[in-house]
Formats: sequence, structure tokens, C-alpha cells
Amino acid sequence: MQSELSIVWIYPDLLSTYGDQGNALVLEQRARARGVPTRIHHVRSSDPVPQQGDIYLIGGGEDRPQILGAERLRKDGGLQSAIARGAAMLAVCAGYQIMGSVFGGEEGQPVPGLELLDISSSRGERRAVGELAAEVDPALRLPTLTGFENHMGVTRLGPGVRPLSRTIVGTGNGDGTEGCVAGKIIGTYLHGPALARNPALADLLLSWAIGPLPPVNDEWYQRLRDERLSAVLGDQA
Amino acid sequence: MSQLPLRAQLASALGRTAATLSRATGRGDGSVIGGRVGLMLEPDLLRKLATDRKLALVSATNGKTTTTRLIASALMELGEVATNAFGANMPAGHVSALSGAKHAPFAVLEVDEKYLPEVLDTTNAGIVSLMNLSRDQMDRAAEIWLLAQKWRRALAGKPAHVIANCDDPLVTWGASTAARVTWVSGGQRWREDSWCCPECGGPLDRGGSREMGQQGSVHWACRECTFHRPEPDWVLDGEDVIDPHGRRWRLDLQLPGEANRSNAAIALATVDAFGLDPARALPRLRTVTSVAGRYTTVERDGRALRLLLAKNPAGWLEAFEVSDPRLPIILSVNAQGPDGRDTSWLWDVDYRILRGRPVYVTGERRLDLALRLDVAGIPFQLCDSFDQAVAALPLGRIDVIANYTAFQQIRTEFGRAV
Ligand SMILES: [Zn+2]
Repeated sequence: MQSELSIVWIYPDLLSTYGDQGNALVLEQRARARGVPTRIHHVRSSDPVPQQGDIYLIGGGEDRPQILGAERLRKDGGLQSAIARGAAMLAVCAGYQIMGSVFGGEEGQPVPGLELLDISSSRGERRAVGELAAEVDPALRLPTLTGFENHMGVTRLGPGVRPLSRTIVGTGNGDGTEGCVAGKIIGTYLHGPALARNPALADLLLSWAIGPLPPVNDEWYQRLRDERLSAVLGDQA
Repeated sequence: MSQLPLRAQLASALGRTAATLSRATGRGDGSVIGGRVGLMLEPDLLRKLATDRKLALVSATNGKTTTTRLIASALMELGEVATNAFGANMPAGHVSALSGAKHAPFAVLEVDEKYLPEVLDTTNAGIVSLMNLSRDQMDRAAEIWLLAQKWRRALAGKPAHVIANCDDPLVTWGASTAARVTWVSGGQRWREDSWCCPECGGPLDRGGSREMGQQGSVHWACRECTFHRPEPDWVLDGEDVIDPHGRRWRLDLQLPGEANRSNAAIALATVDAFGLDPARALPRLRTVTSVAGRYTTVERDGRALRLLLAKNPAGWLEAFEVSDPRLPIILSVNAQGPDGRDTSWLWDVDYRILRGRPVYVTGERRLDLALRLDVAGIPFQLCDSFDQAVAALPLGRIDVIANYTAFQQIRTEFGRAV
């Protein structure tokens, strides 16, 4: 990190189907709450991806924008350089699939991805829509993951990544796991503002970029989490 | 119109009975259940009911119900009009609307965006009015690029005369396969879904030089292919609409806000296709004061609450534009089926415009909204119920913005205010 934390939101014009902006806003709020000056850069698909960002965000999208987004990122190369340099990234839904070797296009045809994550995705049989809850990999020491998924993708994890979590409710990758983590990259099917429901995940990304963080007032985050987890898990929560 | 075959007549009559029962038992407006019964008995009923009428279909993400009402009000100048006034905008609602006004020579139907291809195929409507497309409840709605693609396929090769808002690139693309299009410059307030060319995916250049005035600001063209904004035949220019003959009409609507002026511009162009001149249509548009509770003011304990419906980010933007910045505001959000069960869209709404106003948050998903406002830095008061919010407020005028089922709940408290 230089003088300010730089959050790079990739292609809001193509991959911002539903509340993806929320992840950028949550990171910004939680960094500023720790006194860290923060700036969000919106990078449209016609512009080059800056290589000096600290945290990269990429969101969900329809089939066509997903294919266009993948093509442009492959050609641009900026994101790949940033990740090679050690930047952190949260990749959501369509953006998550793009980070793998391949994903399914409009007609199920294979479309090449960026190969930043050792995963491959294809189109599943049915759309997974609804609340999701999952236990996070204990090594990451994060509380239960909560969020909403809306996708048709099935993602196979290769040996180069670890599952982010094991699903309690919901579909996720399709094999009982949800999302993945490798180095400073997190991929997830929790679409839209996943970090609003999982502030600890936001803090994990922030700590990768700026080091250990003091706690902040989490009242509204916690109340929403408690309400959602008890609605989804009932007595299991 | 010609006589319906006997089976269709029976189906239509039974449907009306079910609708009456549904209303009588207080279960709702009755328009959906009535139509469902009719459709079960006679699947081809909608086609038969639509035959021999001059029919317009109205579709968009936002403003369907209001625009349908405006068009129907104006067409009454020409004769009886069948319309789905309760916003029941799928085939069952259409059957109910048409069987309720069997001999009406004119009809205007609000159509859910997804159902437009099917309803157009079935009814062979002569006129189709299309206003805007933007992100909506996606756990149930189709993706909008795909939706526009389906409109293109449905309109191609049909004789329908399309009235479309050319300031919305996706609507323009969706409409442009039609045999005949009247373009209306109705403006576009929400632009987050139209930064890319629907034809090739390239960047759309938006706006123009300021010297071009309002028309400059709505201009758009693809940087990479030839797709661009068509020249409008009708233009919404501030408070006025300019018709294809260059005549300028002051709208003077009772419905508030730019979105409703845009709806009125589409309505004027639509009724013009029925042969109704703005001079005769406008006085009727001005009689519309509220639409199914939207924009209605209700009274409770010395407080005058104006009800605004906002179902998605574009709708919230429009509601904020109408809302009086000097007033306290109640926001109510649910996530039932019709609202979409996913509240992610809250993060697409820019709430910072509420800064400085007393804000009261309620609804079944009030905690989602509370966190959203907290992150936006907007102080608010959380209320467990609508009543609690009202009681917390000072006497006087108050604006209320609610999404679909939250709005219906509030409306029901006031005896289904219209
Ligand atoms: Zn283009």
C-alpha cells in the first residue's frame, strides 16, 4: 500500500449485476474506520486495468458480459500483473468463474478464463437461487459464511486452490464446497455485496493489503448476520 | 367486437365469477384468480378476447402501471377501454381485463417484460409501447440483455407498430427489429445498465456537448459499431412534449416527477397511433392523480403520508426525485416473492441523497437497509413497524418509499388506498 488504500473495481459497466458495488463500499468503510485513507477506482471495460491497486474486485454478470469481460481482461493483462505482484482479489460469481481455466458460455460452450485460480467451471443443470450458509475453512478462522447465490455454474477445484467453505445450506461450487482461496485471491458464488454479510471476510482482504487491523464497531453488520443466519439455519445457528 | 365462441364465453363468465368471489372474500383485486379460472377452461381465451379490438401492450421495467393508466385514461376520449388497472400484468390478468369489458373496442394492457413475446404472439397487438429496461429482482426476473434479445425476436416479422424510448439503448435495441417504430425521447435517469453496446458489447459514448442542450445529454452511440440513438419523433423537453409536427405541449400533469413526464410522452405517442391528438388526450392525462396507491396521500394522527413505490434501483432514483427533500422520510423494504428474495439491489441505490433528512427504516428486511445506510453514512432510526415509525414522527407531511409488498402492506392499512 502506498499513501492510500487503492480498491480497484473491475468492469462495473459489464460485471455489476446486482449490488456488486457493496463490496467496494464495505471495504472502504472498514478501512476508513481504521484511519486508512481509501480510494475506489472504477475501471470500465474500455479502460486498462491499473497494476498498482491493493485490492481488486470483480462481480457478477450475464453470460454475454461475462464472455466480453474475460476477453478484455485476457487482452489487457493488467489484472494478471497486479496479482503476480501480490495484490489481493475478491472474485464473485461470473467474475469467480473468469479466474479459472475455463467456464461455460451462453450455449454451454467452453470459454477460456484467466487461469489465476486452479478451477474450471461449466453450466449446471439448474439455477441455484437462494440463501447460502457455509462453514469456512478453519485455517482462515472466520465465522460462518452467509449470503445469497444466483447462478447456474458448477465449479471444480484443482489442487492449486482450497475450498473457502463447506456448505450447510445452498449449492456453491456444486460438490458441497463453496468458493475457493489461493494466495490472496478469494473466489465465491455469494453474489452482490458478499462482504456486507461477511465483514470478517472484508477484514481478511484488508489485512492482506495493510496488515493487522484493530476491531471496529460491527453493530449493524452483526445484527444483519444474526437475523439472516437464524432465518436460514433456524436452530442450527 | 364479434361474438366469442360459446366455450370462451363460458370460460370468461366463470372467470368473472371467481374474480367477484375473490374480491368479496377480501383476498385481493380478483383480477388474477379470475383470469386463471378463465385460462384453465379455455387456453385460447386470450387470443379470442383480443380479436377485433385495437390493442396496445405496455412493457418496461418501471412505469408500466402508470403509463397503462395514462394511455387508458386518454383513450376513453374515443370510447370504452379494456385495461388491467390493477397491475395484474401476466396472461391471467389480461384475460380478466378483457373479459371484464367485452365490448370495448379499445384495450391497453400492461405486460410483464418476460411475458411480452408470449402475449404479443397470442394477442397480435397492433401497438407495443416500450419505456425502459434496468436491473430488477433477478432471482425471478430474466437478465435484461437476454430480455431485450427476446423482444427483438418477438417483434421481428410482426406488423406491430412500436412506440419506444430511444434514450434507453437497451430498449432501442430490443425495439429495432420491429417493422415500424415511433421513437420517443423520454430521457433516461438510471444509466448503470447501459454503458455497453447491446449490439457488440463495445463502450457506449453517452451525453454530448452541453451546447446541444437536453438533447445532447441523452445522445448515445457505440464507439465500436454503428449502433446509435435514432432520431426521435417525439421529444420530452422539460415540462413540455414536442410532437412530430413540432408542436409544443405543456404537460401540467398532477402526477409528480420526470419519470411520469416521460411516461406521459410515451402515452401521447401511443394514443396518437390510435388517432387521438394531444389536444384531446392531454386534458385526460391531467385527471390522473394516483395509480393503485402510488403518489396517494393518506392521513393518520395528524400526519399526511405520501406513498411512493420503488421496486428496484431505477425506481428508487425516481422516487428520490419526486420526494420533497425538506420532509422526513420512512423507508420500508421487504423481500417476499414479488419483491425478490435477494436484497443485494439495496447496494445499487445511492442513499447519500437523504443526508440531512430524518430517516426512519422499517419493513421485514429493515436490517439489510439499516446496514446499507450505515455504510453510506446516513443517520437513521430503526422502527419495528410502520405504525411505530409514524408515531415517532412529528405532525405534518411525510414521504414514504416502499418496495412492492411493503407498499401493499401500508396500502392495506389504509383500506387499500388508491
Ligand atoms: Zn456496438
